[in-house]
Amino acid sequence: MKELVWLVPLFPLIGFLIIGLFKNNFSKKLAGTIASGAILASFTVSLGIFIELLSGAEKTFTYTLFDWITSGDFSVAIAFLVDPLSSIMLLIITGVGFLIHLYSIGYMHDDEGYAKFFSYLNLFVFFMLLLVLGNNYLLMFAGWEGVGLASYLLIGFWFKNQSYNDAAKKAFIVNRIGDLGFVLGIILIFITFGSINYADVFGSAMSHPSNEPVIVLITLLLFVGAMGKSAQIPLYTWLPDAMAGPTPVSALIHAATMVTAGVYMIARSNVLYSLSPTTLTIVAIVGAVTAVFAATIGILQNDIKKVLAYSTVSQLGYMFLAMGVGAFTGGIFHLATHAFFKALLFLGAGSVIHAMGGEQDIRKMGGLKKYLPITYMTFLIGTIAISGIPPFSGFFSKDEILAHAFAANPLLWILGIAGSIMTAFYMFRLFYLTFSGTFRGTEHQKHHLHESPSTMTIPLIVLAVLAALAGFIGVPEVLGGSHLLEHFLDPVFEDSKLILFTNHLSHSTEYMLMGTAVGILILVILFARNKYFTNNEIPKSDEDKKSVFANLVYNKYYVDEIYDAIIVKPLDFLSGVFFKFFELKGIDSIVNSTGKLVIGLSDTFRRLQTGHVGFYIFMMVISIVAILFFNLI
Amino acid sequence: MITSALLFFPLLAGIALFFVKGEQVKKLALSAALIEFFISLVAYFQFDKAIANAQFAMSTPWVKSLGINFSIGMDGISFLLVLLTTFLLPLIILSANRNTYKNPSSLYALMLLMQFGLIGVFTAQDAFVFYIFWEIALLPIYFIALLWGGAEKVRITFKFFIYTLAGSLLMLTALIYLYFQTPAPHTFDLQTLYTLHLSQGQQNWIFWPFFIAFAIKMPVFPFHSWLADTYTDAPMPGTMLLSGIMSKMGVYGAIRLLLPIAPLGVQNWGTTAIVLAVIGVLYTSLLAMYQKDYKRLVAYSSAAHVGLIAAGVFAMNHQGLSGAVIQMVAHGISAFGLFFVIDILFLRTGTRQINELGGLRLVAPNFATAALIILLSSIALPLTSGFIGEFLLLAGIYQYSGMLAAFGGLTTILGAVYMLRSYQSAFLGDHTTVSSNFSDLVKEEKLIIVPLILVIFFIGIYPKPLMEIAEPSVKQLISIIELSVK
Amino acid sequence: MNALQSVPLNHYILLSAMLFAIGVIGVLVRRNAIIIFMCIELMLNAVNLLMVAFSAHHGDGSGQVFVFFIMAVAAAEVAVGLAILIMIHRNSKTTDIDFLNKLKF
Repeated sequence: MKELVWLVPLFPLIGFLIIGLFKNNFSKKLAGTIASGAILASFTVSLGIFIELLSGAEKTFTYTLFDWITSGDFSVAIAFLVDPLSSIMLLIITGVGFLIHLYSIGYMHDDEGYAKFFSYLNLFVFFMLLLVLGNNYLLMFAGWEGVGLASYLLIGFWFKNQSYNDAAKKAFIVNRIGDLGFVLGIILIFITFGSINYADVFGSAMSHPSNEPVIVLITLLLFVGAMGKSAQIPLYTWLPDAMAGPTPVSALIHAATMVTAGVYMIARSNVLYSLSPTTLTIVAIVGAVTAVFAATIGILQNDIKKVLAYSTVSQLGYMFLAMGVGAFTGGIFHLATHAFFKALLFLGAGSVIHAMGGEQDIRKMGGLKKYLPITYMTFLIGTIAISGIPPFSGFFSKDEILAHAFAANPLLWILGIAGSIMTAFYMFRLFYLTFSGTFRGTEHQKHHLHESPSTMTIPLIVLAVLAALAGFIGVPEVLGGSHLLEHFLDPVFEDSKLILFTNHLSHSTEYMLMGTAVGILILVILFARNKYFTNNEIPKSDEDKKSVFANLVYNKYYVDEIYDAIIVKPLDFLSGVFFKFFELKGIDSIVNSTGKLVIGLSDTFRRLQTGHVGFYIFMMVISIVAILFFNLI
Repeated sequence: MITSALLFFPLLAGIALFFVKGEQVKKLALSAALIEFFISLVAYFQFDKAIANAQFAMSTPWVKSLGINFSIGMDGISFLLVLLTTFLLPLIILSANRNTYKNPSSLYALMLLMQFGLIGVFTAQDAFVFYIFWEIALLPIYFIALLWGGAEKVRITFKFFIYTLAGSLLMLTALIYLYFQTPAPHTFDLQTLYTLHLSQGQQNWIFWPFFIAFAIKMPVFPFHSWLADTYTDAPMPGTMLLSGIMSKMGVYGAIRLLLPIAPLGVQNWGTTAIVLAVIGVLYTSLLAMYQKDYKRLVAYSSAAHVGLIAAGVFAMNHQGLSGAVIQMVAHGISAFGLFFVIDILFLRTGTRQINELGGLRLVAPNFATAALIILLSSIALPLTSGFIGEFLLLAGIYQYSGMLAAFGGLTTILGAVYMLRSYQSAFLGDHTTVSSNFSDLVKEEKLIIVPLILVIFFIGIYPKPLMEIAEPSVKQLISIIELSVK
Repeated sequence: MNALQSVPLNHYILLSAMLFAIGVIGVLVRRNAIIIFMCIELMLNAVNLLMVAFSAHHGDGSGQVFVFFIMAVAAAEVAVGLAILIMIHRNSKTTDIDFLNKLKF
């Protein structure tokens, strides 16, 4: 089965090409079927590869298609790497991807760009698979930018609306900032190790000392790329805006898969990062701060998708925190569980929005429980899972991260707990405002409320099951599990374990941490329940006066405005100044005045030609005398 | 033999076209360009990819008293550029065929003569022949811009002509100096010039006349001020020739003459040259951000790309050079594509102002998709042609200086800014009064766009057939340089 | 010792220098083209005189050969010059060089 790995990205590519080229001749149904079928086929192959890896002895396998770029000693091939890490990613991408394709068949049913939508989705899956399958950094980068393109196309899917296009453009450009760091990192890897294939790089990196400056620089540059793609401070601002895209896109790209690419990249480069504890510290701090920062914004947002978007930023922060404290398995574990529950939550939100006829403001919802029973149940499961209540999946993955964080530095643990408290609060706030109480929308909307069709609810149910149960692949030792995931991923991370020294917590400490976390979370949830369920509080409308701090948070700390003022505006201003002043008045006029100088001089000198013969003769005599005079001296 | 055929066929065809009357000149010009392309394909299959030196070489005495031989031939680097020229010219002629120009026979004849000059530059193996063709290539484009240009054509073409001529004269002085450095009987033969091994002091000063000549042609900051006006004002086929092929002459000259003859000079002044190039990259990118005229925007973006190529060349390492070579091809293709997109816009709407357009994607989805692909290849998206060169260039510059690579790399961000902004403004959103009747691509346009897009993806995904052509020549060039530097 | 050599060389040099200076001054100050012409002849002849004097002084005949050449050339020059002057006079009724200033800028 491993030899068929090239089929995995090929199916979506073919799907994209067929739908993209012949979309005008297709019925809607056919386009959806082809796209979903392509992903299902990929999923089947991925599953086969996964099972083979589980049972087989050989844990890594490289399949080379052809040489891509060769220049001197730089050489890189289009080659796919199958190992436990990439096979897990394959399963997540194609599995969740397939469910979301299925969901989209129902969700996008009335859209005129239906076929185009599916072709873009297939394109995205293709690039995402390329990203995780590449056996070298450049191929990862190709997928990396490719998913950025797909994200650009899908955020701006309804391109008639210029504000959506602005969001798409912003996503692409902010990602490009990160990508520049990534590219420079790749180049530095090539210069340092003479190759950019994972195997060669990690092999020769093992002989380097810890915290060597060049490796610190490499890892920092790569991390800049990860910050862009995975929406970490300071490059996170594009992700909330990216919610302009259709909701399945938010679920697939901006929650489950693409945004976790940065986490994948660090996990993939775990050897390099383990060799650079300085970078790991920075990663951990950025991750923890992002987790808390984004969570605070989430508390006061009223747009159902915006809440989930900030929650995504925050959860990604956890994953980076995990990477930063050396808990690579924990990060990937959380990546997987997050893919399930966040996709579930987004799709649930999509189902709500679908029912509400496009309304996204939770202040105008309420009481949807009885109209959307399946959505309600699955959304509840997702909410519990993300809040980290045992035995749902979020608990296990988050607990693992927090335990490692505590071992590394208790301060990081405190930040983590603070973030998860806020997460539980805003998620239950969202949940109660949406589903409980009385309906606050218009009569017209109320009339149309309905449960979504089965193509939409089936993915919800499947994801709900996964969100509930996926935690059991990583039950830690203290709870009597054997952490299957860790064992499975061991071949990928074993080198790092040799390099990186990690504190191990005693079982009693772990129990204590778990207990504290769960205890606080239950209190917070009860508080949220009291506030929004029992007392039916509704967030104030935009016109109402808020406290200064609430205003600050509600407006997302004005970060967008600050970026606009310190980067975008000055750049535009600079380009204007350069064009109008430097270019036209400066360089161009220097060039033109060189020409004018010649003309001016010739105008002066031609006046010597007076036409008076006497003057000529006089000048001649003077000149002869002068020549004789200077020659004789 | 095949080199002579490639070189002289456009000359003969061009001269013949002057005497053709009426509309049939379009078809004749196209078939001439296609035959030329076919000859270059034949050459491609006969080309030995293992040889670094010039192949299909030919040499006959020309000016015996001065020891000048008319010697031509193609090594890998030349051949790639010849291929670019022969590939683009049929497309340029096809795109010109959609318009009506006054005096069509002269225009098409000049385009073929232009091809003659360009191929001459790319195949010359003698510095004197190189110089002659360098000037020959200037003449047709001057007349194209002067006779079919826009409102300010006289002023602008005059400036362009004087500017580039000044550069070439500097080059000529340097060449004559080199000529007298060769052992008697003196010669302009390139291989002899490569083995001159001038002293550090000689190389230090000989760097400048060459550098300025090439910097003007590319152009590199601060010698770029002719570019935007000329690109904007020239008729579309002229702009395509200028940005698609002619801007490569400067880079090619640097690779062919400056690097092997004065490697110590380049080493000495390299930082200055690369800094200038990188400043130019950022500066022109910023200028592009401000433009409202689509053609002018693309003109500046073209300058930014060529600036990066220049920086890669002066970094004088393998990745920088092969990146430069492949990027010249890729940029030629994407620059042509972008100008073609603008040509379509202008033909249908009569405006090139970005903010007067809008919503084209609603009315012309195929056109919008094609434009997006070309635009993405221009901002170096992986798996399109633009990426490989840009990555290798950055890798080359990084080996010279990480800081400069970081600054040069900013162009990938700024490029995304101005390209996506313009795309959003012209193609997305709701349609305006100007664009509501816009019709989608017609057959003739698809005939150009489809091969173009195929080539963009082909080079992006499988560049090996092209890169392996240049690889031995680049390797040899590096060894020539290393020999003198050590 | 012949008559030429009996006069010291300095006298010849002085005389021809004076003649030459008269010629130069005449060319510079006079406005009539014919007189300028005559002054030019004067300068030529001053040189001729000097040539002949030196030739006799050194006993070398080649200086006198030069003089013949100069005379021949001067004659040709006069022929052409006078012809031009006549044409000018026919067209503009003047030989004043200050009026002949059309050839400028």
